[in-house]
Amino acid sequence: MLQTISLLMENKPGALMRVTNLLSQRLYNIESLTVARTLDPTLSRMTIVVDVDSTLRRQVIKQMNRLVNVLQATDLTEAPAVSREMVLLRIRVTMETRTAILKEAEIFDARVVDSSVEGFAIEATGDPEKLNEFIDVMRAYGEIEVTRSGMVAVSLEAKKLKLSAPVPAGAEASLQPVR
Amino acid sequence: MSLQLKLGNGENQQMPTLMSGAKILLECLVREGVDCIFGYPGGVTLPLYDAMYDHPIRHVLVRHEQNASFAAEGYARATGNVGVCCSTSGPGATNLITGLVDALMDSIPVVAITGQVTSKLIGSDAFQEADTFGITRSCTKHNFLVKNIADLPQVVHEAFYIAKSGRPGPVLVDITKDVFSGQGQYAPVSAIHLPGYKVFTEGHTGQIRRAAQMIWEAERPLVFGGGGLVASGASAELRELVEYLDVPAVLTLMGLGALPSTHRNFISMPGMHGGYAANMALSNADLLIALGVRFDDRVTGRLSAFAPHAKVIHVDIDPAEIGKNRAVDLPIVGDLKRVIGKLAKVAKELEPSESGKNRAARAAWWGQVRSWQEAHPLVPATSTSEIKPQHVMREIDRISCGEALVAVDVGQHQMWAAQFIRFNGPRQWMASGGLGSMGFGLPNAIGVQFGRPDKLVFAVVGDGGFQMSIPELSTIASYGLPIKIVVVNNGYLGMVRQWQELFYNNRICAVELDVFPEAEKLAAAYGFKGRTVDRVEHLSSALEEAVKEPGPYLLNVRVSPTENVYPMVPAGAALNEMVLEPPRPVTVPK
Ligand SMILES: Cc1ncc(C[n+]2csc(CCOP(=O)(O)OP(=O)(O)O)c2C)c(N)n1
Ligand SMILES: [Mg+2]
Repeated sequence: MLQTISLLMENKPGALMRVTNLLSQRLYNIESLTVARTLDPTLSRMTIVVDVDSTLRRQVIKQMNRLVNVLQATDLTEAPAVSREMVLLRIRVTMETRTAILKEAEIFDARVVDSSVEGFAIEATGDPEKLNEFIDVMRAYGEIEVTRSGMVAVSLEAKKLKLSAPVPAGAEASLQPVR
Repeated sequence: MSLQLKLGNGENQQMPTLMSGAKILLECLVREGVDCIFGYPGGVTLPLYDAMYDHPIRHVLVRHEQNASFAAEGYARATGNVGVCCSTSGPGATNLITGLVDALMDSIPVVAITGQVTSKLIGSDAFQEADTFGITRSCTKHNFLVKNIADLPQVVHEAFYIAKSGRPGPVLVDITKDVFSGQGQYAPVSAIHLPGYKVFTEGHTGQIRRAAQMIWEAERPLVFGGGGLVASGASAELRELVEYLDVPAVLTLMGLGALPSTHRNFISMPGMHGGYAANMALSNADLLIALGVRFDDRVTGRLSAFAPHAKVIHVDIDPAEIGKNRAVDLPIVGDLKRVIGKLAKVAKELEPSESGKNRAARAAWWGQVRSWQEAHPLVPATSTSEIKPQHVMREIDRISCGEALVAVDVGQHQMWAAQFIRFNGPRQWMASGGLGSMGFGLPNAIGVQFGRPDKLVFAVVGDGGFQMSIPELSTIASYGLPIKIVVVNNGYLGMVRQWQELFYNNRICAVELDVFPEAEKLAAAYGFKGRTVDRVEHLSSALEEAVKEPGPYLLNVRVSPTENVYPMVPAGAALNEMVLEPPRPVTVPK
């Protein structure tokens, strides 16, 4: 079963690599990965969907939390969370199929973002299952090209985020945080 | 005074001064208390070495960068302070790697400084360019690439903080040549802030209380301690705890010395080549008080059969260690020194009345442990016709009286040393535990001797590992380090030969070391004394002569070539299926 991991991390070069390394060293294939800045520009939020051996899931999360650049790694697989994905799809249409396609798009709550004589560009969001169906339906109408965003997820539980306080620098400095 | 305030308004900050990046780096190292660096120069670190020319920090020139990282580790293992090594870009950096991974596996605080090509050349396959930042990502606890001189002081202090705090480990700082040679405004950094770097020190009070209760309730408790005890400096607290509770203790290869080897509560090292009593105690305990151990496969044997009757209290500073290999009944995340101190205090508060103390059961448990010790003590093999390697260890033990610092290499001799050399305290025993890197012993001893110049330091190495380290004889001679090198020379890659003999039908392949340099001539070529002994009656006097010699000494001891290490838990077997001697397996009474 796929695992959904949400990470809050420092927006720094190399941070992404450290996270994915924990998966690639075990030869786990990442199904999807999204990462973008948060409201605080020094941080990024990342959502990873990956097939991790069930016995190792907790271990992988702990090892992610251990990374210096990671503020919080959470397993959202079984936690209350909402997840969404976006599809951008280009479809070639004929004059005969135009209306039917628009109808279908409406059913899936998808929006036409570009329209020309040759076809449409359509944007759809939803959970991945629903998007799969949408893509299947569209395929029935003609040649399509699909780009998926990968899943983004948000936990529905407020998780306390404990951040480390600054510590004094240098040898004489104790290793205790300054309060 | 609030640090935030100090940082915020900058009132207390020194006026910035214009300095080169190389000088800034050295300033930061001084502020971190660094007194020596093990390194090897090259093209991109030229500006750094230029700054070192008239700087008080001592640079120790090793003969190969791998040995710079091993020496830095030795310094750190012996002193508890961060060891520092340094190399140029490309081949210099790649040569450091084995020592970095070694430090990672054994949680040793090391900071590695590597030079990188000029920032605008990165990615252009410039001369001696390697992607050090990428290559060392998984070889370090954390790593940095500095392309901007303004970031340098902050990064250096962060590197030291990460290396020494929490679960210690190696941190690499890759610095471009233009940063070294450029000029920047330097003001001492007063604080570092790593919001995502979590260090858990205190231990959960409620969990510590429960642990104390579990200990009092147990009938067959056992302290199972490891390298974390040494890293945390928890020896005094550990001693107080085991003495107060009167619990037997076993210490892993990495934990040796955390209790004095002669302490009455110390049983022996457990594991693949551990003592019978230690392995039997683990197999029969009803409670493991696991302190700074990671349940490594060389210690547990077949994991599913490890300590099958025991509940486990696991104390470790790294949450990712808890439950990694063995399910835990009571986890405590914290610094061992603090947690053990608190545990002893709480245990005293909760001390049950006489009737609740399980006195009879505890006495029976001790009786059982003592009877295992008596049934199969670790006794060094001796012979009158040849020198047994175990006998060499006992002689080193006799001469060092528990006071020497001993760096070992990897192989059979390492196991015999662990079995037979005793230590009065922690940080006296340097062994590559997790990575098992041959070539570790000799360069490690160099770092140890620099860290503890007043101490008698042995490098106890195999003839295989020694030949990986020969270039460092030059370093030893050049600095006049009075290291006593003892080569336990069996003419074989002994540990591999042992496995071929036992598990591959004695098909001995690629393990013969038929050529070995004449020790006396080899040492003389470097300008110090050396000798080969091959007769039992010469061993003690040769060792004594080595120790009396004020300078370095190379003692090559020809030992019985086909001696095997016992006891042994074959790979995949349970601890209580250990083989005491060939070929009689022990059946264990239930
Ligand atoms: C760098 C490295 N290469 C290979 C090994 C595998 N290995 C483990 S022990 C050993 C033999 C060591 O021989 P020697 O140094 O003579 O010690 P002995 O076992 O004979 O005491 C080898 C090859 C290793 N641990 N490290
Ligand atoms: Mg050998």
